Amino acid sequence: MINTMECAVDAQSLISISLRKIHNSRTQRGGIKLHKNLLVSYVLRNARQVYMNEKYAEIYRMQQYEEVMTVCNEIQELNPLDLVEDCEEQTGDCCGSANESASLCGALLPVSHQAPAVQHLQPSSACSVPLALQSEEVCKAPEPSFYRSCCAEAYPVSNCDFSPVNNMHCNKTTVLDLDTHVVTTVENGYLHQDCCASLQQCCQGAQSPAKKRKLDFGYYVSEIEEVPDFTPCKRAKFEDSSYASTEPLDTSNISNLISIFGSGFTGLPKPLDSSQSEIPQYARHINVQHT
Amino acid sequence: MMAGVGGGNDFQWCFSQVKGAIDEDVAEADIISTVEFNYSGELLATGDKGGRVVIFQREQESKNRQVSRGEYNVYSTFQSHEPEFDYLKSLEIEEKINKIRWLPQQNAAHFLLSANDKTIKLWKISERDKRAEGYNLKDEDGRLRDPFRITTLRVPVLMPMDLMVEASPRRIFANAHTYHINSISVNSDYETYLSADDLRINLWHLEITDRSFNIVDIKPANMEELTEVITAAECHPHQCNVFVYSSSKGTIRLCDMRAAALCDRHSKFFEEPEDPSSRSFFSEIISSISDVKFSHSGRYMMTRDYLSVKVWDLNMENRPVETYQVHEYLRSKLCSLYENDCIFDKFECCWNGSDSAIMTGSYNNFFRMFDRNTRRDITLEASRENSKPRAMLKPRKVCTGGKRKKDEISVDSLDFNKKILHTAWHPKENVIAVAATNNLYIFQDKMN
Repeated sequence: MINTMECAVDAQSLISISLRKIHNSRTQRGGIKLHKNLLVSYVLRNARQVYMNEKYAEIYRMQQYEEVMTVCNEIQELNPLDLVEDCEEQTGDCCGSANESASLCGALLPVSHQAPAVQHLQPSSACSVPLALQSEEVCKAPEPSFYRSCCAEAYPVSNCDFSPVNNMHCNKTTVLDLDTHVVTTVENGYLHQDCCASLQQCCQGAQSPAKKRKLDFGYYVSEIEEVPDFTPCKRAKFEDSSYASTEPLDTSNISNLISIFGSGFTGLPKPLDSSQSEIPQYARHINVQHT
Repeated sequence: MMAGVGGGNDFQWCFSQVKGAIDEDVAEADIISTVEFNYSGELLATGDKGGRVVIFQREQESKNRQVSRGEYNVYSTFQSHEPEFDYLKSLEIEEKINKIRWLPQQNAAHFLLSANDKTIKLWKISERDKRAEGYNLKDEDGRLRDPFRITTLRVPVLMPMDLMVEASPRRIFANAHTYHINSISVNSDYETYLSADDLRINLWHLEITDRSFNIVDIKPANMEELTEVITAAECHPHQCNVFVYSSSKGTIRLCDMRAAALCDRHSKFFEEPEDPSSRSFFSEIISSISDVKFSHSGRYMMTRDYLSVKVWDLNMENRPVETYQVHEYLRSKLCSLYENDCIFDKFECCWNGSDSAIMTGSYNNFFRMFDRNTRRDITLEASRENSKPRAMLKPRKVCTGGKRKKDEISVDSLDFNKKILHTAWHPKENVIAVAATNNLYIFQDKMN
């Protein structure tokens, strides 16, 4: 986990500072210093990871919000009273373990805003995936895969503002299954099965979770890279001759240090679990409980 | 005369001399970039950003004045390197002297190697105190005499003259480094030496300038896969087949030249696992090693990274045996230090003659000494205010938080433009040389 620094410099400003340093090194006497630029590129990588995690989390939250809003609109057609009776039977099983797990993304789904009385989603309403998330199964001891979150580091979670209509104390935990992309919310012991967590692709059946995840991240990564703040700097390339190297391969490769960002930092050490995505491993297992 | 039995608080460090201009306005060319005692400690060499080398010689001690210690006076000054321009790459090559290393003395002359970013030169420093007079073919002022006017022959005789110290370049080792040279190290066989740049290490013979052996090459096939560079290298003090090199990732590799011609595969690999709880944006920068030095015994080596000095036992690869925090209070300031480029400063470190103490520099013209036996440390300052002859240096303290005591200095008051990157310890006595920007301070232990 990268600790924030004392002067509240955020990832984005670190990125711009670093790019400025790389740019300035072109005009320094003695040629470009390989060592210094390598170290600057490490800072860039670290800042970029944090920046992208933040962006991804934000985009993911927006995505969740939009999808759930869609579902909630559909649900409003159902009779709330029928659903409450169904779910009351399940509270005993659900209260205990499900409260342990939550995901940041799911936590911010304002599900209960719109439909405070809605406690349960019919599996067929939003998602056609046979997710095996029938309420009875969920209320059993959940498997660890349920508790994974695709969100980034422990960003401060705002207090649960989904105040129920009846002013009961809101005790809400949300779980996102990374493999099936289902968000499950448990509120006051009642189980919600909210929606598919990400793109509609997850509802299309048995695709490999890892592949889906990559797609998701790729989707978001490409969005993030459109951020205009630093894109022009990122695209800047060194003059070929500005680096001390006799070999043609050297000049074109070294001088395109900035292009590393375009090619995804293949050269720099990968995060711990790099096999699946660019999100570091520490970002995968964050459980947040909010009350 | 005591050999260096412990440093730090056991001794009273006193001001001895300061060399250099007093002006507040510092010319960039005058900034000292390397400091090195020779093997006997009689000579002290400095190199600066302007490519000049200044050598100081210690006065012979006067037997009458027991308290006085030999002072260092200018012995020789010469321009070692000039700025060059690489037309092919449109690059200027700085004349700044990166390293000076003395050769062991074998005759009356002294030899040293000086290196800038690209070229290493072997300099011979010799004294001349006699001059031949009575030439046949030329007058005393050098003008050629008309051969037809010569009617007699005479044998020139050597007459005493004022001492003149001459420095002449005997060898120039050029065109062997694509990247910037960061280290040179003379081998214990006194025949070879190594030079290291960011990606390669070359082995030279002192007599041969037109070729060198490449013994380490860490350049990847695709430069975009570059993850680390070589930051320092040194030959073992006794085993002429062994050398070490440090990397920007905080690792040290020990190589044996008997194993293979190309020492890409290390014999030993020294690395301390990173503490994951201290991870930050700047973890890679502060773990980069800026200097590596073998102890005189050859049993240990010392590495300097941005915040600490570590002593390694060559027999233990998985962690250092000692770690000393130089200025841990800077850890929370890394962001600002990154913005003003101070985080890239390359501090050096050195051992005392008996390997019982180590020294390294810091900011605000502070330098730190650590006694390895007592584990005590001391912070001293090189400043003109404490420059009365034989004035005792007062220990300094940085206040890290809370109420600042009298005589303490707060972290925010530190002057990060006053940095001590280069220090040297006399090989046999408790005399130290500390380079503070454009001034060279010499301190001595009062006990001696």
